[in-house]
Amino acid sequence: MDFRDVKNIEYMNQGDYACPGCGAGLSMRHALKVLGEKTIIVMPASCWSIIAGVFPTTALQVPLMHVPFATAAAVASGVKNAYKKKGQDDVNVVCWAGDGGTFDIGLQALSGAAERKEDIIYVCYDNEAYMNTGIQRSSATPPGAWTTTTPTGNPLIYEKKDMFNIVASHNPAYVATATIAYPDDFYLKFEKAKNAKGFRFIHILSACPPGWRIDSKDSVKAMRLAVESGMFVLMEKEQGKPIRITYKPERFIPVREYLLLQGRYRHLDKNTINEIQIRVNERLKDLDLS
Amino acid sequence: MVKDMVLGSEAVALGVKLARPKVISAYPITPQTHIIERLSEMVDNGELDASFIRVESELSAISAAMGASQAGVRAFTATSSHGLALMHEVLHWIVGARLPVVLVNANRAIGSPWNIWTDQTDSMSQRDLGWLQVYCETAQEALDTVLQAFYVAEKVLLPIMVMIDGFILSHTLEEVVIPTQEQADEFLPPYEPGYFLDIDNPLSFGNAAKGDVFYNLRKDIQRSMEASFGIINEAHNRFDDIFGRRYDLIDTYFIDDAEIVFVIAGALTGTVRVAVDKLRNMGVKAGLLKIRYFRPFPSDLVRSYLADKKHVVVLNRSLSFGSAGQITQEIKNALYFEEDKPSIYDYVLSLGGKEVFVEDVVKLALNVGNLETSKILWRE
Ligand SMILES: Cc1ncc(C[n+]2csc(CCOP(=O)(O)OP(=O)(O)O)c2C)c(N)n1
Ligand code: SF4
Ligand SMILES: [Mg+2]
Repeated sequence: MDFRDVKNIEYMNQGDYACPGCGAGLSMRHALKVLGEKTIIVMPASCWSIIAGVFPTTALQVPLMHVPFATAAAVASGVKNAYKKKGQDDVNVVCWAGDGGTFDIGLQALSGAAERKEDIIYVCYDNEAYMNTGIQRSSATPPGAWTTTTPTGNPLIYEKKDMFNIVASHNPAYVATATIAYPDDFYLKFEKAKNAKGFRFIHILSACPPGWRIDSKDSVKAMRLAVESGMFVLMEKEQGKPIRITYKPERFIPVREYLLLQGRYRHLDKNTINEIQIRVNERLKDLDLS
Repeated sequence: MVKDMVLGSEAVALGVKLARPKVISAYPITPQTHIIERLSEMVDNGELDASFIRVESELSAISAAMGASQAGVRAFTATSSHGLALMHEVLHWIVGARLPVVLVNANRAIGSPWNIWTDQTDSMSQRDLGWLQVYCETAQEALDTVLQAFYVAEKVLLPIMVMIDGFILSHTLEEVVIPTQEQADEFLPPYEPGYFLDIDNPLSFGNAAKGDVFYNLRKDIQRSMEASFGIINEAHNRFDDIFGRRYDLIDTYFIDDAEIVFVIAGALTGTVRVAVDKLRNMGVKAGLLKIRYFRPFPSDLVRSYLADKKHVVVLNRSLSFGSAGQITQEIKNALYFEEDKPSIYDYVLSLGGKEVFVEDVVKLALNVGNLETSKILWRE
């Protein structure tokens, strides 16, 4: 699918409640263009609980069910099984959860659904903190980042949880990372996920201007620099195949350029930035990328 | 229709099968396990055409049932004790979403310390949610109530929790009349949801609502609870017509001329029945009022039976620490406006499976003149 084919198709209404420059709103809009109208969204507590609109309005033109924070993957399992029993197995049941709802409180339900090979698509839009409640640290918050519960920076002893490999260890049908700053790659991955059967997981990096302390005009730029610096690697794994890197910059830029674009990293000294660079280099080496 | 000797748990499973749910999700916990083992077997051997989701926790069990119900099919789960407690957040959500999920809870104490035996703390802790609650005395009642529960829930658009006592009902063999599928189908038509996650009619469920909308939604839940009395009575009448077994919101035994009335819910009712027989033989005018529906609480009916009695002894198997037994609270509430109220005794009969013998109940009645009404009464 070429995204020019779907440029006039919208499943998101105008007037949602996202902040200007919100990566989560943008990502949903484009994901739905690929997923199409036979899609049901299951949404745990997150910024998207608000972005979706206040009764009696709604931001989505596909069926949507809001659910408690820890339950998305389990609710989606119930929805999918119901649809199977109704003889309508061709419906995409999609969890749309934040990093908190995925890396932390929803991880158990997610692991259960992945292990049971539930035929659902789980999308995590990762803005690297609990944004809805006012920018608190989650286990997706990178070391060094300022949040309201890590006011002097997320301790460097922590590492951002490796969700790609956690999910991959369940041997799902498809697992990928993506970001809407690379729309062709993003579209391809949602298309692959849609066409596969079984448990599918897409981890999308999603800029949050208020939480990352960036100007809303720099939202896409920040997501792009995350990839260009190697902080976020675009890759995928289809069942039975090795991990594939789907985009490799000609030359990685220093992480400093990505970090210093954002207010949440502005307090970092040279040594800390070096430490982060070393870790990124090691990871890129592990992935045969350097 | 056949008669068979079955465990209480199996009676529940047979009732569920007759209701033809499309999705069952469950997680094991003693003493609920036989229910879900039997249902897995039925699904595996094709007796029951449903998806059985073997989730990784009770939180997911109730969540999956909720998702299935929101997708427009009949959904069932069963649990007990710690499992029910773990479901709490989603139990609330299901009420707000107005989903007719049916849950069977095998009543069991909650730790600490660990205790697998029966009391009603688990379900009484969930009384304020907006779930209808029914307590069963026998295996037959459990089977029949499960079938009725789907009928009532789908008309009221509120979920129902059906209680069976752990072990003393779940693990006890009793003779049960098993209805035919034809009879069950006549009683319970296929589920036709009004609104659901429908790709042909896309709607959003649970979008944020401001105070005035939210307030009215909650008012509607209370109104539905009040209106559910009519639907429950209709279900009981229909059930009687088709199966020839009569149920009511409450049940009574020797109550008309009784001077001392015991109030109880659940399987220990049987023990109290025997105690009433003994007392009657001794010339004591004892009687029994069994609470079947605890939510909605049938206050009018209770008042009509108890208002002119002398002594009402409420036999609780749970209490709200710092207040009173939950059943006692309801009885007092129902009788508040009566001028000449009975003396109401707030008795904690058993917790964590502490054994109750017929003699304990008989002694209580013989000693009723010495009991205090101003505080919780405990066994020695
Ligand atoms: C059980 C429970 N605990 C806490 C909350 C409060 N809460 C609502 S949204 C949210 C943050 C969600 O973070 P994330 O999943 O990363 O999504 P984001 O808001 O960042 O988009 C929290 C903590 C809740 N709704 N439920
Ligand atoms: S706080 Fe961040 S994630 Fe939430 S709506 Fe605003 S930009 Fe989007
Ligand atoms: Mg987040």
